[in-house]
Amino acid sequence: MLTHILILMVLALALLGFWLGKRKAILAATSLHSLPVHYASYVLLMTILPASLTLAIWSLAEAWLLHDQSLTLSTTNNTLAQTDTALKSIVVIIVAVLSLFFAMQKVSPEFRARNVVEKFILAALMVCAALAILTTVGIVVSMVFETAHFLNLHSWKDFFFGLDWSPNFHGDSALSILPLLWGTLYISCVALLVAVPVGLLSAIYLSEYASSRIRSIAKPLLEVLAGIPTIVYGLFALLTFGPFLRDLFGPEGFFAVGWMSDTRSVATAGIVMGIMLIPFISSLSDDIINAVPQSLRDGSFGLGATQSETIKHVLLPAALPGIVGAILLAASRAIGETMIVVLGAGAIARFTGNPLEALTTVTTRIVSQLTGDGDFNSPETLVAFALGLTLFALTLGLNIFALYYVRKYREQYE
Amino acid sequence: MNENIISHEELAMTAPTIKISARNVDVHYDKTHAIRGVSAEIPSNSVTAFIGPSGCGKSTFLRCLNRMNDTIKNCQVSGDIMLDGEDIYDPKVDPVQLRAKVGMVFQKPNPFPKSIYDNVAYGPRIHGLARDKSDLDGIVEQALRRAAIWGEVKDRLSAPGTGLSGGQQQRVCIARAIATAPEVLLMDEPCSALDPIATAQIEELIDELRQNYSVVIVTHSMHQAARISQKTAFFHMGTLVEFGDTKTVFTNPRDPQTESYITGRIG
Amino acid sequence: MIEPNPHKSLFVASAQTKQRATAEKRFHMLGLTAIFIALSMLAILMTTIVAKGSGAFQQSFITLDVALLEAKLDKKGTRNPDNLKKVTTFGYAPLIKAAMEQIVVARGIETDLTSKDMAAIVSKSAAAQMRDRVLNDPRLIGTTTEFKFLANSWIDGYLKGRVTRETIGKNKNISSAQLDFADRLIELGIIEKSFNIQFILGADASDQRPEDAGIGVAIIGSFAMMCVVLLLALPIGVAASIYLEEFAPENRLTDFIEVNVANLAAVPSIVFGILGLAFFINMMHLPQSAPLVGGLVLTLMTLPTIIISTRAALKAVPPSIRSAALGVGASKMQTTIHHVLPLATPGILTGTILGLAQALGETAPLLLIGMIGYVATNMPETVSQGLLSPNSAMPAQIYEWAKRADPAFYERAWGGIIILLIFLVTMNLIAVRLRRRFERRW
Repeated sequence: MLTHILILMVLALALLGFWLGKRKAILAATSLHSLPVHYASYVLLMTILPASLTLAIWSLAEAWLLHDQSLTLSTTNNTLAQTDTALKSIVVIIVAVLSLFFAMQKVSPEFRARNVVEKFILAALMVCAALAILTTVGIVVSMVFETAHFLNLHSWKDFFFGLDWSPNFHGDSALSILPLLWGTLYISCVALLVAVPVGLLSAIYLSEYASSRIRSIAKPLLEVLAGIPTIVYGLFALLTFGPFLRDLFGPEGFFAVGWMSDTRSVATAGIVMGIMLIPFISSLSDDIINAVPQSLRDGSFGLGATQSETIKHVLLPAALPGIVGAILLAASRAIGETMIVVLGAGAIARFTGNPLEALTTVTTRIVSQLTGDGDFNSPETLVAFALGLTLFALTLGLNIFALYYVRKYREQYE
Repeated sequence: MNENIISHEELAMTAPTIKISARNVDVHYDKTHAIRGVSAEIPSNSVTAFIGPSGCGKSTFLRCLNRMNDTIKNCQVSGDIMLDGEDIYDPKVDPVQLRAKVGMVFQKPNPFPKSIYDNVAYGPRIHGLARDKSDLDGIVEQALRRAAIWGEVKDRLSAPGTGLSGGQQQRVCIARAIATAPEVLLMDEPCSALDPIATAQIEELIDELRQNYSVVIVTHSMHQAARISQKTAFFHMGTLVEFGDTKTVFTNPRDPQTESYITGRIG
Repeated sequence: MIEPNPHKSLFVASAQTKQRATAEKRFHMLGLTAIFIALSMLAILMTTIVAKGSGAFQQSFITLDVALLEAKLDKKGTRNPDNLKKVTTFGYAPLIKAAMEQIVVARGIETDLTSKDMAAIVSKSAAAQMRDRVLNDPRLIGTTTEFKFLANSWIDGYLKGRVTRETIGKNKNISSAQLDFADRLIELGIIEKSFNIQFILGADASDQRPEDAGIGVAIIGSFAMMCVVLLLALPIGVAASIYLEEFAPENRLTDFIEVNVANLAAVPSIVFGILGLAFFINMMHLPQSAPLVGGLVLTLMTLPTIIISTRAALKAVPPSIRSAALGVGASKMQTTIHHVLPLATPGILTGTILGLAQALGETAPLLLIGMIGYVATNMPETVSQGLLSPNSAMPAQIYEWAKRADPAFYERAWGGIIILLIFLVTMNLIAVRLRRRFERRW
């Protein structure tokens, strides 16, 4: 609670500095280098920064030290903690007052307050931009450490090359990624088999054939399809599409073939995921096809080609790198998709080629291993991080490849 | 009724016959009246130049001649355009077949992102002009020779067409148009994206092409029109102001507007 | 070989031309079919959602006159609140049985059911409902008061056609005699369907009481997360975009940042969930299941989307405006803040709303940090509770319902989707309006 008050006090001092700085600048009024507000902001920043830095460092050190001690002597250091807090408050306030005083000294007509303030803003902007790197680093680090931990507890040979996935609580689980990868890739392939033809042909139809009226209706509708959260698709797979498939192929189904016993299957998840990816593929391909210069279409029409010949022989070959990029991006989304497979694919890890049987994927296992009741430090839980790292590496690879293709394609026509 | 009994060979020998005749052609884009009542007769085996200030409708009119305007939405063409006495806007006419007869070369060289060979072979392939591979090879070679680029590309036919220089690309595009065996070649400012040396090569080529084809060329350069064409049409504000022998148009124009343009007062 | 052949008439289509025209038509139809498939999928999806979910907004209620006997509820007759609180819901249950017997006698219903079986068609939440009302207003004790109880989910399903005499079979929870009894009550107007506001405002309920489950608490959870995302992702995203678009020098670091942003936008959302679990919960010891953590994870996930759209908006501001400001002596920072940023604001807001909409529908990362439905039973009362106490979010609540065994929850899952989609549609409409209103061409 004391920290809150401390922060408020520093802020109050800073506001005071803002007011004082502005006043001094206005009173000095002889051809200032910067606007009064710049001087004011300078004093404000100079008051806050050193104080908050001190506070942050002190608190971190405190957490570090107290964390070690609190395990052994929790009562004796209670007084210690109190003196520490009091000392911290005093030091922080002193730092704030001193820096306020120092900053006020600097306020003079020749002082280039604007440049200093702007440099500070620039630094702040840069830090925000660097957060993207920090996030990536955070992802990698958080998973690498736990993965290393996992590989200490579990044989890497089994993880990478085993053929079995059957976690148990006896400590001799078979935890191999291969059957999960098989499920992931199989379902993704089914999804792409649905999404690529439908999405690509829709994009071609919309950009080359459709009248502007149809385009203005169909494009927003496709965007609606893209904006539907994946949980909706997952529910649709579990409660509507899966039962529908079983009604067709199940033992008492329409065809009475008995190929399907459960509502969850590769086809259930794969086809619904395909529907989800249709707008993704079509909007990316639409952009790409529209980027093919009109002069190539004219050239082909001028030679007497029909529209479909122009599309097949000129537009698609020209747009191929971009389309390959779009398909790779879609593949990466399919591999990383979670909710549809959690609800629609099932939980059985095996190598089956039958699309009407249940399979499981990397993402479903991550969810089930991390939401279960298992001990956090058991290999059965930690394997989720190894799976996550593999998933991250896989999708990252696909993305980099895809972005490379798309960029190459863009450069071709710029 | 007399000319009906004269054979086509004889016709080609004697005075130039009429290849394309346009009567009262109007073009509208949405609310814009782009071409107003243009009538013109384009002779065969000669070069006809369309000149005029930019936005005067010369390119639009050119694109009417092989129905390229069909590909633009909201473009409405009325009036009659006859190719060898057949109305090209007749509903029975397939523009695909028409464009094989009336080829087109564009302002910017636009080779397809394929090999040089495939670029030239594209037309013959889609129209089914070649019986076999060697036949196709022959067509490609002949087209490239006629476009005066064979010597420069014969050793790298499988290289991409986009890797050539601008002038070479444009000549490949001309070869590509020739390969479909057209009767008329429409050229929309074919030299405007090229340097003077490449321009001179293309101009020389156009003069040779006249032997086999009717060439219609849109140009913004009056000097080019004077150098290479036999007939010149001057367009202004969507109307055809003057149409006649190039010599007459440049030396003794009938219309004061033409004179102002040629002498550089408008345009 | 390639000599012109002037004798070929344009009016006669060659066999090959006809063939090509057919191929053209075929391809055209193919495209039309594709777009038809895509749009009919949308139609099927939407119809399914509305058909299956709209039932959740209607619920069957049983209106009963319950005699609140003093002997049962306040033996001492002091109306002392502390004493009243000692009577648990078990103490109230017999009152419902009595009310049922009362009705059978008063309305002359013939039934072989025991009073226990009759009372069983009322939701298990009924006793708590009575108790709350009595504790609120002790004067009711001793009177006969009208209560509107929820019917249990089987009766509710019977009214909605989900449960029939054929489907119940040997179900322990409901018998056909109870359905006969319910039929009589329906005829008498005692069981009725009406609009169920509790579904929108209420909290989740246990497996035993699907009829009592609502999504309200999860909505609050989602709202709290969206606040976190908005407060963090918008300023950070805009600052990062301004740096990358206006100030960043062309060097390797900038390139590296850009590649990172582009790749993060395509990292699977579940990976962000793992990051949240490992970093925010295991390392920083933030509370599990807290909307604050969910918000932080979604912020990291939304940032690339916001950065990409903000950069596009900044790019769309023509350079001439920058030159004009620089020309009158503004510094680069002043130019950006005074001129470029205001002009890019509509684009930035549109991108932010779309990013928020994406975050609102996200489920997978929330599962990993523990925001699953069953915890969403209490309304948070303060802001810090809203951020730090365990909660769920709309999509996670829907997932939780979808996993439960009782099909009565499926209706609620679909209904939850309707509410989620209403939020998303509203956000998207705002974005579209914003884009239209400020669309500017330079």
